[in-house]
Amino acid sequence: MRAALSTLEVARPRDLAHALKLLHASLDAGRLVPLAGGTDLFVTLNSGLVPGRRFLDLWSLRELRGVRDQAGRLVLGALTTFSEIREHALVRRRYPALAAAAAEIGAWQVQNRGTLGGNIANASPAGDSLPVLLALEAVVHARSVRGTREVPFTALFRGYRDLALEPDELITAVSLPDPDAPPPLRAGAARRGAHPPRAQQFFRQVGTRRAQSISKVALAGLLRLGRDGRVDLARVALGSVAPVTLRAGRAERVLLGARPSAAVAAAARAALLEDIAPIDDIRSDREYRRRVSGNLLEQFLRVADPRFARR
Amino acid sequence: MTRTPTRRARPKTTLRPQPAVGVSVPKRDGEEKVTGRALYVDDLKFPGMLHGRTVRSMVARGIIRRVEFDPAFDWNGVVIADHKDIPGLNCVAHLTEDQPLLAVREIEHADQAILLVAHADPERAQAALGAVRVEVESIDAVLSIEDSLAARVKIRGADNVLKEYNIARGDLAAGFADADVVVEGVYRCGHQEQLYLENNGMIAERTAEGGIVVRGSMQCPYFVHHALQRTFGLPPERIRVIQTVTGGGFGGKEDYPSLLAGHAALLAWKSGRPVKIVYDRLEDIAATTKRHPAVVRVRTGHRRDGTLVATDVDAVMDGGAYVTMSPVVLSRGALHAGGAYRCPNVRIRARAMATNTPPNGAFRGFGVPQTVYAMESHMDRVAAELGLDPLVLRRRNAVVVGDVTPTGQVLHESVSAVEVLDRTAERAGWAEKRRRYGRENAAAERAERAGRFAPGGRRLRRGIGLALGWHGAGFTGGGEVRLNSLAALDLSPEGRPRVLAANVEIGQGAITVFTQMVAERLGVSPDLVLVETPDTDRVPNSGPTVASRTTMVVGGLLEQCARAMRERLELFAERALDGDADFRRVARRFLAERGPLRVERRYQKPAHIVWNEETYQGDAYPCFSYGAVAVEVEADLDTGEVRVLRVTTAQDIGRAIHPLLCIGQIEGGTLQGLGWALLEEVRWKDGRIWNHQLTNYIIPTAVDAPPLDVLIVENPYSGGPFGAKGVGELPMDVPAGAVVAAVAHATGARMDEIPITPERLLRALDGREERR
Repeated sequence: MRAALSTLEVARPRDLAHALKLLHASLDAGRLVPLAGGTDLFVTLNSGLVPGRRFLDLWSLRELRGVRDQAGRLVLGALTTFSEIREHALVRRRYPALAAAAAEIGAWQVQNRGTLGGNIANASPAGDSLPVLLALEAVVHARSVRGTREVPFTALFRGYRDLALEPDELITAVSLPDPDAPPPLRAGAARRGAHPPRAQQFFRQVGTRRAQSISKVALAGLLRLGRDGRVDLARVALGSVAPVTLRAGRAERVLLGARPSAAVAAAARAALLEDIAPIDDIRSDREYRRRVSGNLLEQFLRVADPRFARR
Repeated sequence: MTRTPTRRARPKTTLRPQPAVGVSVPKRDGEEKVTGRALYVDDLKFPGMLHGRTVRSMVARGIIRRVEFDPAFDWNGVVIADHKDIPGLNCVAHLTEDQPLLAVREIEHADQAILLVAHADPERAQAALGAVRVEVESIDAVLSIEDSLAARVKIRGADNVLKEYNIARGDLAAGFADADVVVEGVYRCGHQEQLYLENNGMIAERTAEGGIVVRGSMQCPYFVHHALQRTFGLPPERIRVIQTVTGGGFGGKEDYPSLLAGHAALLAWKSGRPVKIVYDRLEDIAATTKRHPAVVRVRTGHRRDGTLVATDVDAVMDGGAYVTMSPVVLSRGALHAGGAYRCPNVRIRARAMATNTPPNGAFRGFGVPQTVYAMESHMDRVAAELGLDPLVLRRRNAVVVGDVTPTGQVLHESVSAVEVLDRTAERAGWAEKRRRYGRENAAAERAERAGRFAPGGRRLRRGIGLALGWHGAGFTGGGEVRLNSLAALDLSPEGRPRVLAANVEIGQGAITVFTQMVAERLGVSPDLVLVETPDTDRVPNSGPTVASRTTMVVGGLLEQCARAMRERLELFAERALDGDADFRRVARRFLAERGPLRVERRYQKPAHIVWNEETYQGDAYPCFSYGAVAVEVEADLDTGEVRVLRVTTAQDIGRAIHPLLCIGQIEGGTLQGLGWALLEEVRWKDGRIWNHQLTNYIIPTAVDAPPLDVLIVENPYSGGPFGAKGVGELPMDVPAGAVVAAVAHATGARMDEIPITPERLLRALDGREERR
């Protein structure tokens, strides 16, 4: 441990209100660094990169725990661990891509400690849950002494490790809309069936080894085909290919309204390369990331629409 | 008569105990490690102990211009030592004495040690590290084998060559002229980190009598002992080196501990207080030795049927900034470079080049994995070019009894190359899988073209590859004669036999195997046999724990000691000994009436072994172990990721003294070989190791470990105890070539560089698709 542990202080708040008060009060004299499972923080302390001297231990705050189904939205407390997510029956049924991402994070030990809120707050472009949350159009619930606020995931990342949150705000929960909820009826349009087709979810993280690996490329996707065989919902989010986790808007637009085919896939791949900006770094290189991003997109299309490659 | 209680009640019996050799008895050190009672060096504390830290160079090559100590820092209680504090020679004595213990003026590699600081509080010591500023003027550095060969920048002599060997046999030109087909290839492999679980660590004390005591994690107590004599100018009796429980070595604790012990001892010498230096993982990966990278050019000539008629190998290894172990690593690599094949006309040239990188050192296999990987990759290429089954090509050329190696060594006995190939192939279902994977891959390709994909939309291909390897046991050539090892067996005061040897337990099972071999000859159970802690004040110099020599060479000496002790005790008792209780009865009576009993045996070179160091001709090793590996892989064409599905391996190790430990060695070495072939890549940035953390230096996890099907073949060697040969390194030598072959079979991409990272494989696959 290269950080001098004896010089560090940890504040243990009684409850969420106390935590918010402490966090707010700390802004003048060196901000308290929120500490949840510690799985990212301990790595930096071990290598001597001290993110701060004073920490705010959130682990015992019951208000930040628990998973609730609220009127079709799933609300996950910020301290929900990846083990809980991985094993949660409703998550597995309704958000298989999130369950898959949770199962790929670190190792089981890390999944037992690592939290959803922590993964978001750490804001690493390689954070494994982030592409899924982005594709699912999650909403981050933040709270400060001034009150609560909701930040859509699509507006969350301002830049490299820079979140659209105030320094005295804590992430309290993340809520996920049901991707298969029927869309609101448009005026004049008659619903033709009780159960519209389900959106296909996809998640794949590419590291070098099969566990305990940090992503070189991660792709999460949501794709729904209308009754006419055309894509009526397309969301593609990627990690580790830009300073932030991002939605591949150009690729999505190519897919939307199209009948997936080899030609559509090629156009989507080309658009995808405009969406992402990967670099050479310690884990991989730009070329590999560009190539694999396209390959994963194509794999996603193959899974989402078995007819696509035969067109 | 009093009875000393033993840990476990043994039933009284007059029957001879069960045989001890060939049985997987409980591991001697297992219980204390599993229960957490074992004390590693970092668990030890001494009164007044300081914690040492090392100030290192940030640049690969340069001149130290200035060292500044931040005046704002509180230097109270900080001990500082640099090269001027060294009482003897400023060197780490290995084979040569060219590596300084601390830099004086020239910096030859990044992370080279410049000065040392210590404080009673480890946090203060760490802080002091940050308060030292070393100004180094950077000079052009040589950072790769290619740059070193080009010798545009000269860092060692006129050509940057640290060492060169040439081995020749037959008439190479005539051999190539005689060949129907000549195949050539160049094969590259990178650095590899040993990645023992316990990092390097040492504690040193200056004694009241002006001597030094060092305790720590190590493979070779007497190497450390020798190095400290040179550094401190002290006579041998004033230096004491004690091995603490050691969490793995793999060669990484063969040469490096001599340097670390010197650092800790220097701080202790200067401060008069015990000093502990234990590296964290970041420092351990950045600063300690690695496997030598290599570029190996192989050119072979064959008859149409595959018969090998000429072999020309040019192996170049990256030695790093100082000579250290490179000559012996290179020598072993060269001696195995022709593979376990019969060839009448051979030329092997091997060079170790200087670069401005941390010195590369010992690592399981010691040069052999590099050259065997190259030769085995090459044989797979030859098989493809000749349209032969790789198994058939290898069987046709594999050595048998009576064949002659490139150094002219006649292989008299215990030669199992063909047997390990056949048993591996049979167990793996080689012929059937080779056909099946080929068929399935072709079918998958057709289906994908037609738009039909496997479940999950993945594009996967499978393949199987084969490799054959060999490994000479014990030191090379006259090495064992120079080591002049001495091992002993004595009686403890309670009348138990006690092993006295400098060879260490590093997880491999050495001490368990010692107790088994001694017990077998004494007719007692292994539990009765004690093993003395390797401590240079208590055990004779039986040589280093390296080179697959511990069981075969030192075990052999102990086996002789045990025979002699039994003879002495039976003469004394005037009857045969009969089991544990009887042994102790007789031993205690001997101690009471005759005094202490200690039996020693020194290494004697078998008369038929002749080696000429000048011509590099003769018997390079008393015998070889042989292994074959079949690797099955699944490659993902979308990501370039390769997953190992299964490994089947047959290895002839003479005799398995402890079958379970042998399987452990084979499984562990194989997995380390798979990691080297597929995952482990040391990445460099400005001459420094960039990925010096476990998050980015990727080794296989349990999930990456495939099922390993291990077959032990026992073809005894008459010169080894109970027929045993070496097992420690062979398993590391063979897998990489089989991985390359399996990837070629699965994807058609013939990779000439390992590790086969997903990036490299995808580039190769894309290249093929574009050419189509």
